[in-house]
Amino acid sequence: MTTFQVANIDYIAILPLLIVFGTAVIGVLVEAFVGRERRHTIQATLAVAGLLAAFVAVIVATGHMGLTLGHVDTATDRHLFALSIDGPALFMQGALLLLSVLGVLTMAERLGGTGSDTFTPSGASTPGSQIEAVSARAGLITSEVFPLAMISVGGMMLFPTVNDLIGMFVALEVLSLPLYVLTGLARRRRLLSQEASLKYFLLGAFSSAFFLFGTALLYGYAGSVYFRDLSQAVSAGPISMNGLLVPGAFLVFVGLFFKIGAVPFHAWTPDAYQGAPTPVTGFMAACTKAAAFGAILRLAYTGLDTARWEWTNGLIVVAILTMVVGSVLAVTQTDMKRLLAYSAISHAGFILVGVIAFDQKGISSVLFYTVAYGFSTIAAFAIVGLVRQGGSEATHLSQWAGLGRNHPLVAGTFAFLLLAFAGIPLTSGFVAKYVVFSAAIGTGGATGTGLVIIGIVCSAITVFVYLRIIVLMYFSDAPDDTVAFVTPSAVTTFSIAIGTMVTLALGVLPAALLDLADRSSVFIR
Amino acid sequence: MTDMSTVPWLTILGVIPLVGAFVVAFLPGSAENAKRVAVATSILTLVVGIVAATRFDTSSAAQFQLGEQKSWIPQLGVSYALGVDGIALVLILMSLVLTPICMLAAWHDVSESESGAQRVKTYFALLLVLETFMVGVFAATDVFLFYVFFEAMLIPVYFLIGNYGGPRRQYAAMKFLLFGLTGGLIMLVAVIALYLQGPGGADGFMMDKLTGLQFDPTTGRLLFVGFFLAFAIKAPMVPFHTWLPDAATESTPATATLLVGVLDKVGTFGMIRFCLQLFPEASAWATPVVIVLAVLAVLYGALLAIGQTDMMRLIAYTSVSHFGFIVLGIFAFTNIGGAGASLYMLNHGFSTAALFLFAGMFIYRRGSKRIPDYGGWQKVTPVLAGVFLAAGMSTLALPGLSNFVSEFLVLVGAFPTQPAAAVIGASGIIFAALYILLMYKRMATGPRPEGLSGVRDLSVREKVVAAPLVAFFLIIGFFPNLALDVINPAVDTSLSHVQSTVAVTPALAEGSTK
Repeated sequence: MTTFQVANIDYIAILPLLIVFGTAVIGVLVEAFVGRERRHTIQATLAVAGLLAAFVAVIVATGHMGLTLGHVDTATDRHLFALSIDGPALFMQGALLLLSVLGVLTMAERLGGTGSDTFTPSGASTPGSQIEAVSARAGLITSEVFPLAMISVGGMMLFPTVNDLIGMFVALEVLSLPLYVLTGLARRRRLLSQEASLKYFLLGAFSSAFFLFGTALLYGYAGSVYFRDLSQAVSAGPISMNGLLVPGAFLVFVGLFFKIGAVPFHAWTPDAYQGAPTPVTGFMAACTKAAAFGAILRLAYTGLDTARWEWTNGLIVVAILTMVVGSVLAVTQTDMKRLLAYSAISHAGFILVGVIAFDQKGISSVLFYTVAYGFSTIAAFAIVGLVRQGGSEATHLSQWAGLGRNHPLVAGTFAFLLLAFAGIPLTSGFVAKYVVFSAAIGTGGATGTGLVIIGIVCSAITVFVYLRIIVLMYFSDAPDDTVAFVTPSAVTTFSIAIGTMVTLALGVLPAALLDLADRSSVFIR
Repeated sequence: MTDMSTVPWLTILGVIPLVGAFVVAFLPGSAENAKRVAVATSILTLVVGIVAATRFDTSSAAQFQLGEQKSWIPQLGVSYALGVDGIALVLILMSLVLTPICMLAAWHDVSESESGAQRVKTYFALLLVLETFMVGVFAATDVFLFYVFFEAMLIPVYFLIGNYGGPRRQYAAMKFLLFGLTGGLIMLVAVIALYLQGPGGADGFMMDKLTGLQFDPTTGRLLFVGFFLAFAIKAPMVPFHTWLPDAATESTPATATLLVGVLDKVGTFGMIRFCLQLFPEASAWATPVVIVLAVLAVLYGALLAIGQTDMMRLIAYTSVSHFGFIVLGIFAFTNIGGAGASLYMLNHGFSTAALFLFAGMFIYRRGSKRIPDYGGWQKVTPVLAGVFLAAGMSTLALPGLSNFVSEFLVLVGAFPTQPAAAVIGASGIIFAALYILLMYKRMATGPRPEGLSGVRDLSVREKVVAAPLVAFFLIIGFFPNLALDVINPAVDTSLSHVQSTVAVTPALAEGSTK
């Protein structure tokens, strides 16, 4: 029968993944063996060092592009490789690593305490219970957030890299499970946080089930889970089998749409964004979205590309719904984190417009958009987490009134990030929207142009949303008990500064990153 | 031919105010020093601007001169490209002259003792940032770059209105920005599509690459509509004008001046530069509608102006009327009309500046924008009332003052191609006399009001503000060729694109501008 074939593994190519997962494992050991008083510093340093080392490895890996972790079945001439180290994968990995560095730095903010300021000392205790009080008094810290985040980052990096549906499912779970835990670990308003965690977990489990069921159907259709086989099966396969293909593709996409928060699979987004500790929200918003879009690109361009006619219309409907619902519902929000959640939904819609372009410009525009949006959003959530009133985060919009008078620099930075979200020229948001829209008009024909016009209308609506906040911060008089901006330590200041500077730099001089995204826009399968 | 100077004059013009803005914003100490630095910066910019203008060769004013071109975002076909033709040069100089005047006039707009020095500094810094964008938007010869300036300049104005304006400033600022951004976003679709219609490449957004493209008629018309809507909102034309009265009345006089006097010109400038030059066929196609809207604006703006009791609102509505004239001149497609419209843009900048700033001086003294609160002020502040009357006379196009020349040229230029519009539009002059003279009568004539013993006439600072404005009315009124000689060749070039597609008989189009 079949002889055992040795898998070809290019260790350099997968070094970034190994480093990140390795760091996570070491983090677990640190958790077990290092004393409480030094654990926070060591864990945070380890995580950042691991991420930076992995980033260097990504740069090295660019010389080792190709399929790896598998073999060529000579009998059938099939490429059975688990991973595809190609331009989009490495671009996404690099972007995710840099974004994660900023995300981890904001998570590490202690504000003078022994552990991270935003994470509860004991996640397992009932809110308001005796155990909670005791563990707080005993000075417990949840430094396990760092290994958890690292595992999640590893899953995210895997997500756009995998070359088959099962691998994609594994990556999806690896990135999601730690996030469910992280969401429930907020120090303040813990009930809300735990509710968010449960909701996120339940809906996430549903979407995973959808994804898995879709995988089964597609396997039934193609007889393989590899994207390359899937694509060939579609171009050769009989139309009579579409009863498996169409629902299969639909269900797999549902699983991915859930992760980017596309309407109608967005219901978890506002709750999870609001309940999660704010640095985790920023991390989720930036990194999960980037990773999931990487996966969508891979699926849409390498696996189901030949079946495009079967699902493009569905994707268009989802894109329209996402843009419209995200921007319209953002108008009515009164909570800053929920508002940014709906803004994230609308951004997911804009990025989907780029996915629909179906050419290299589409790929590079999506890559650029996710990076641009990621840096802005991490900085924005970092600021949200530091605007406080009476010790807890002042997330109600009315609490932000007059911030511009009292804290001009903070409000100015936040206003600038909001302008980037709104897509005002000279910010990264404008260039990002521009490349996505121009890709859609360039190759999408009348449909693409129609989508862009809807996108433009929705942009105008979101502008109103962001301006309302600017109006509040600058043009309204501060109430008596003014909100305070807690001065953060250097780590958070650093990530806010970097996020803001990247937002400006990509707005003024985007050529370098655009060029990189262009060069990284070819999939290998 | 073109003098290929190596000095990047236009970039320098843009950078000086930007650097000045940062200095002013972060200068420690009292606001008094910051204000002086701000005015000095704007005067320095003006001086550099005049030097640059001397390098401009008026004998070939139809071409882009003082040009600079660098690749900016080659992947998107965007270049950092600046250059001026006659129209752009004149409008840039107008901005450079008006900025220091506005700053001097704005000296006491924001009280340092009430709101702190930082607020004053920010106010003047924003004015300087705005100056940078004004230079950029008129100088851009790359469509994408123009769009960037076009949108970005909304932001400083938004903060100028929203932070320093009157009681309903939040509403006015929001309305201003939403109108502006909506127009801009519509234009963005057209900008993207235009590039894709063009030759593409790393410098595919350059004006010269996009001029003379052959569009499929439907595409061309849709693109035209995209650009035109943005400009019509900006200009503003009826029925997109509703943001202007709110924005003008709620902002400080200096902001209102720069907003109405300079920024709104971007709309009419864009019509000449982009609509006519890039989409000649579509421009001709849209002309009937545009002309109707223009005449409507002339009459509607004037009628509403007559009915206003708020002097800032009144001046804003006069501008709506005047923008109608400008658009009429542009879409007449005759050289005289085009020259008149371009000169009108310049003159309107100064006459509106004068009206807003002098009105601001009244408001500073009396503390009210309502016209009925005044009366007999020519006895209280005779000099102020005098210069106000001069500004009003220029606005109503009294012969010998600047606006007369341009209004006359527009009507004469429009008559050959649009006789009905010219005849109806001419009645706008009569309305202009009504709204200006009625306002002056209610404010300045009559018995001397009581209880105003402490009110002084113009201070030295205010005289410095008033003198150049009044001087301008007289100089252009008597020697319009100073500006026309620079403007005309550029106008002819822009119009030649349309005239070659539309059957405008050469006899009508040529004519004499003298």
